[in-house]
Amino acid sequence: MKGKLIGISGYIVKARLAKAGIYDRVLVGERELTGENVFADACEGKVKEITEGDFLPESPVAKLEDGTKLYAYSQQPVRIPLASGEKQILKEPIITGQRVIDFFFPLMKGGVSIIPGGFGTGKTVLEQAIAKYADVDIVLYVGCGERGNEIAEMIEEFTTIKDVREDKLLRDRTVFVVNTSNMPVAARESSIYIAVCIGEYYRRMGYHVLLLADSISRWAEALKEISSSLEEMPGEEGYPTYMSSRIASYVERAGAVKTTVDDKIGSLSMVLSVSPPGADFAEPVTQTLLQNSGVFLMLDRELAYARHYPAINWTQSYSNYRDDLEDYYRQHVADDWQKLRRECLHILKQEQDLMEIRQIVGDEGMKDEDKEVIRLADKIKTEFLMQDAFSEDAYSPLQETYEKIKTILEQR
Amino acid sequence: MRLSNHIYKTVEEINGQLIFVEGVQRARIGELVKIIDRTGNVDTDAEVLQVDGDRVMLQLVDLPLGMQKKSASAIFTDKISKVPVSEKMVNRFFSGSMQPLDNMPMFIREKNIPVTGYVINPVARKSPEDMVETGFSFIDGLNTLVMGQKLPIFSLSGLPSARVVVDIINNAFGGESESDSLIVFAALGLSYYESEYYMNNIKDSATDNICFLNMADDPLIERLLTPRYALSTAEYFAYEKKKNVLVIIADITNYCEALREISALREELPGRRGYPGYMYSDLASIYERAGRVKGMEGSVTLLPVLTVPEDDITHPIADLTGYITEGQIVFSRDMHQAGVYPPVDILQSLSRLMQKGIKSEEHKKITKGIFSNYAKGCKLRQMESIVGREGMSKEDINLLNFADTVENEFLHQEKKRSLKETLAIGDKILKEAGLY
Repeated sequence: MKGKLIGISGYIVKARLAKAGIYDRVLVGERELTGENVFADACEGKVKEITEGDFLPESPVAKLEDGTKLYAYSQQPVRIPLASGEKQILKEPIITGQRVIDFFFPLMKGGVSIIPGGFGTGKTVLEQAIAKYADVDIVLYVGCGERGNEIAEMIEEFTTIKDVREDKLLRDRTVFVVNTSNMPVAARESSIYIAVCIGEYYRRMGYHVLLLADSISRWAEALKEISSSLEEMPGEEGYPTYMSSRIASYVERAGAVKTTVDDKIGSLSMVLSVSPPGADFAEPVTQTLLQNSGVFLMLDRELAYARHYPAINWTQSYSNYRDDLEDYYRQHVADDWQKLRRECLHILKQEQDLMEIRQIVGDEGMKDEDKEVIRLADKIKTEFLMQDAFSEDAYSPLQETYEKIKTILEQR
Repeated sequence: MRLSNHIYKTVEEINGQLIFVEGVQRARIGELVKIIDRTGNVDTDAEVLQVDGDRVMLQLVDLPLGMQKKSASAIFTDKISKVPVSEKMVNRFFSGSMQPLDNMPMFIREKNIPVTGYVINPVARKSPEDMVETGFSFIDGLNTLVMGQKLPIFSLSGLPSARVVVDIINNAFGGESESDSLIVFAALGLSYYESEYYMNNIKDSATDNICFLNMADDPLIERLLTPRYALSTAEYFAYEKKKNVLVIIADITNYCEALREISALREELPGRRGYPGYMYSDLASIYERAGRVKGMEGSVTLLPVLTVPEDDITHPIADLTGYITEGQIVFSRDMHQAGVYPPVDILQSLSRLMQKGIKSEEHKKITKGIFSNYAKGCKLRQMESIVGREGMSKEDINLLNFADTVENEFLHQEKKRSLKETLAIGDKILKEAGLY
C-alpha cells in the first residue's frame, strides 16, 4: 500500500494513493472508484511540513504546526457510527433490474430491506443479482456465515463481468467482507460491523452505498453462541435479550445524509437476508427485523419448488417506500406506472381466488372471462415476474419493465 | 511445548465420561491425555475439552468403570489428535478410530495430519466445476453433483438410504477404478447388521474406496471424530495426490445425537430441541471442507446422508444442513410405497451448482423439460383427485401421464445408468409425450 503526494494547499492535501483514505480532502487519482474527495475528520491548523515523494500509510503525509500528524489512512471503531451529517429522506429508488422488486416492492436509497426465506428459496442468488445490477456507486457484500464456494464463485464472476451502466468491472465498485460458516464465530459477529463502517466511510464522501448481508441470522446465531459461552441469561429461543436492540441500532446506521462535500447527498442502504430456522417467520430475528425495515421481500418455498425465481411472494411482501417513490416513477418512467401496478396486483389476487374455485368445479365449470383472468395472470407470472438470473434477462431497466407489463396488460 | 510428559495425580471429580484435573500447567485444548488407574484396571485415552485456569476438563473415550479419584493419574502428552495417512489406505476398512477392520495389519504411515483440517480462504477457492457421475439418473440428469460441491441426501427412517449409498460407492465415477478418483465413506453409529451390509456390498467394488465404520456401541467422542478422520484423509488424497475425492458420510443424524449428548454432559445451554447452539458452526466445520483450491488439481466433494427425524424437514438437523449445503436431495415415503427406487421427491430436490456441472445444451434442455412438465403434472394431480380425469382437458391428461412416466421410467432404476443412457431415456420420454 504505497502512495505519492502530489501537492497540498491549505489543509487540502493532494496525493496519489494505492488505497483510499486520508485526513481531510485528498484527491485520489489512482482508482476512479474511490473518486475525488476522500476525507476524514476535519482538523484545523496550519500545515508545517509535507512529506514529499513516496510514502507508506504508516508515515505521516503532513504535519501541522500544533504537532498533529496527518496520515494517508484513517481508522474507525467499527461499532460506533461514523458522524456524517444530517439525515435526510431521499425519495429515490434503488433500481435493481429485478422486475418484481422495481415494479411491486421498490427499494429506496437509504432504506432497509429484508429478504427472509428458508433454504433453497434463492436468497443468495437474489442478493447477488441485486449486487450486480443495483444503481449505486459502491456495493458492500457481507458473506456472513455462508458458503465458501458461493463467495469463490462470486469473486470469480465479479472480476470478469462488467457493470451494466458503466464500462468498468463489477469488482471496481464492490467490497467483499467474508466470513464463511467454518470460520471463527467472533469474527462472524464483527463482520457486519466492519462492512457498515466501510459503508459509512464512503457515504460521507457523497456516494450511494448498498450493503448486502447474507445472512443476518448467522450473525444473530454468532451472538447467541458467544452469549451462551459467556453464560448470560438467554432470552427468546436462546438469543440474548439485547439482540433486538443491537439489530435496531445496527439498522439505524443506514440512511441518506447531506455531506459536507459540495452538499452532496450520500446514502447507505441495506438489503439483509434472513434465514429463519425451519422457514418459520415467527422467530425472533425475523420479527425484530420486520419492525425495523421498510421493505419485506418474502421468499416462498412453494414458488421455489415450482422453479419460479425470484421466488418473491407477491401477496405477503410489501414496501413501505412505495408511496414516497411514486413521484420519481412519474417523472422518470411513465405516468401510469402506479395504475398498471394496481391492475397487475388486482389480476394476481383475482387469479388466486379463481384457482380455489377451479379446484372444486374443474376447468369446464369456469366462466370464459374467469379463464381469461387465469390466462393473463399466468402470462404475468411467466413472462414478467419470473426472471432467470443466469440469462440475458437477468437485468431489466425500468423502461423495459414498464413496456413489458404494458404490453401484457394491453392484451386483455 | 513440554519437554516431557506431565503426570498429574490430582483428579478432582469423575462425572461419567468427564473428569476434572486440578493444578495442570499449560494444558492445551484438544490435547491427548492418557488416563491410567492401576488399581481399577483402567487404561484409556481422553481429550482436553476445556481449560479454566489450572482446572482442566477431560472427555474420556470410554466410561471409566472401576476408576478411583485417588489412584488415577492423568498423563498429558502434549499431542493433538492427528490422522495417520498413506496411499496404502485405499480399498481398506477401518474402524471409527482408524483401526483396521479387515484382519490385515495397520499400514505404515506416510505422515500425520491434523483431524480438523484447515479453513480454506474463500479467495483461494476455485468454484466447483465438472460433474461427478453417480450412476443414478435422478442425480446425474436432474440434480447434477459437481466436484467440490456438498449435496446432502435427506432420507427418512425405513427408506433404503443404505442401498443408495452402496450403489453410489459401486457406481460413482463410471463404476471403475480410475487413477484420479477415490471414494471415502464414513459410516456413523452403525448396528452390526448395517455394518455387515456395507462390508459385504462394498468389498468387491470396482471403484477405489476407503471405508470408516463407526459402530453404535463405540465411544461417543469417536463418532465426532470419524467424519473428521475421513475428511482429513480425503483432503490428503485430493490436495497431495491430485485425486477427485467423493466423501459420503452416513448418517449425520447419529452424529448430531452424539453432539447433543456430549453438550449435555458439558452442561451447556441447550438450543432448539436440546441440540447445542453451536451445531450450525459444528456442522459447517464438516460440510465446508468440501471444495477445490486454486492451483491444486484435486477436489473434495461431499455427500452427507441424514435421516430426517419424524419426517419433519424443519427439524434442526435437516434445517441447519440445508442452510449450509448447496442443495438437497429429498426422499419421499410416497415414492417408496409406490415402489420407486431411488424414492426421491423430484420437486423438493435441488442441486444449486448444477449449472456448473453440465456442459451440453441437450442436457440442459432435457433437465428443464422434465422439471417444468413434471411440476405441472403434479399440480394437476390435485385437481384430478377432485374432478376426475373426465373433467380434464387433453393436454392436462397428457401431462398427468408424463408425470407417471417420469417416475416409472426415468426416476426408477434397477441398475447403474451412465449419463448417456440417462439422457437417452430423458430424450425418449419427452419426445413420446410431445413435449420436447
